[in-house]
Amino acid sequence: MKRVVITGAGTINALGRDVPATLEAMREGRCGIAELEFRDVERLAIRIGGQIKGYEPESYFNRQQMALYDRFTQFALLAAREAVAQSGLSFHGDLADCSGVVLGTSGGGLITQDENYRSVYEEGKNRVHPFVVPKLMNNAAASHVSMEMNLRGPTFTVATACASSNHAMGLAFQMVRSGACSVMLTGGSESMLCFGGVKAWEGLRVMSKDACRPFSASRNGMVQGEGAGVYVFEEYEHARARGAEILAEVVGFAMTSDASDIVMPSKQGAARAITGALRDGRIRHDEVGYINAHGTGTAANDKTECAAVADALGGQADRVMISSTKAMHGHCIGGTGAVELLACIMALRDGVIAPTIGYEEPDAECALDVVPNEAREAEVDVVLSNAFAFGGLNAVLALRKV
Amino acid sequence: MSVKDRVIAIIAEQAVLEPSDVTMESTLDDLGIDSLGLVESIFAIEEEFDISVPFNANEPEQSDFDISSVATIVAGIEKLISEQAA
Repeated sequence: MKRVVITGAGTINALGRDVPATLEAMREGRCGIAELEFRDVERLAIRIGGQIKGYEPESYFNRQQMALYDRFTQFALLAAREAVAQSGLSFHGDLADCSGVVLGTSGGGLITQDENYRSVYEEGKNRVHPFVVPKLMNNAAASHVSMEMNLRGPTFTVATACASSNHAMGLAFQMVRSGACSVMLTGGSESMLCFGGVKAWEGLRVMSKDACRPFSASRNGMVQGEGAGVYVFEEYEHARARGAEILAEVVGFAMTSDASDIVMPSKQGAARAITGALRDGRIRHDEVGYINAHGTGTAANDKTECAAVADALGGQADRVMISSTKAMHGHCIGGTGAVELLACIMALRDGVIAPTIGYEEPDAECALDVVPNEAREAEVDVVLSNAFAFGGLNAVLALRKV
Repeated sequence: MSVKDRVIAIIAEQAVLEPSDVTMESTLDDLGIDSLGLVESIFAIEEEFDISVPFNANEPEQSDFDISSVATIVAGIEKLISEQAA
């Protein structure tokens, strides 16, 4: 089995247009959640989100590209460009043929769907732009990344709601570890902040009108975000041979299904995923220093997640730090695990643990060290990233310092 | 603006050229417009003239709309405008 390392990272999200800006915001505990700005927002009950403000696609893409790229594809491409630039890789010949892309997304080109449904249903138009299908399809982002970077190996999209990008990164990890691929670009992208996207979430009545406060007794729901995170997963010897800077090693991954309820989380399913990732990475419980939580800020997730961590880590759960960065960038749904992996890399490389901001009062059902409100300096060797999706699908990644 | 000038403006924008660089004899191939560019141009033409262009990308030569040059496209559109205005 090959070792797998991360040699490039890229992002765009409500906290920043790139990795350095995002990490700075995470260190400072800045909140990127604000009033949403888009057409018909006044008809929504939920009007806040982690929206990327002042985003002008024409600064990054030409007219033909914009006609083809939904916002989620644009985000994926921007994150991929940053990640590949950092890695120093360029893809030709054999390397191009054995390198690919696995990206997560839940809604795909949801804004494209929303705009075109409005046009044909509300405005009664009988004609839509010819690129609606290639723009909205869930694999559009992965395909455009493959085209722009000349990645000609396995390329596909994973959709497991809020766990999509963790599933994607886990598969990419397995493909490099098995020797099937030398390099994989992986992560996820989401862009659902439009009238239809938020209206659908409103229906579930799990959204907060004022703030995302994970693990706090005063928490009252999740807040949506948008953005992308993309990483270069590279076979260790390949990275070493070319003298690449290694950000972290991916050492373990596990996925489980609750097989019980379409929306309510299960402690057992989550705990089995955490335990599985530790086993896969041959990690002792006492080695885990930090967990980037799924931490949505809903009543159900946060208490279930804390109970699962306590079950999986046993006595070590009391000394592990666990934080949810969703209070800062919002829940980026199918891209969220990818944006959050940045906090894991920051913990390993910089010794800085991103805080859970918005924390107001302790909840006896979330009695772990949730790193409230302020970042903390700490040396950690192993970190986990949790993602627990609607549909009962759980995916946990384990990273180790190199 | 005449139908011809409006069509040339649409095709020029698609080809990222000045309208003066698009002649009536130009073919879409000459102008570097590929199959996606063609369907996007047809969409823009339909929007501009509020007409429906009978064109199926699977069998362009069978369509009742001749795209072999700018001149045939303009002629086809003028015909559709007069037919569909009725």
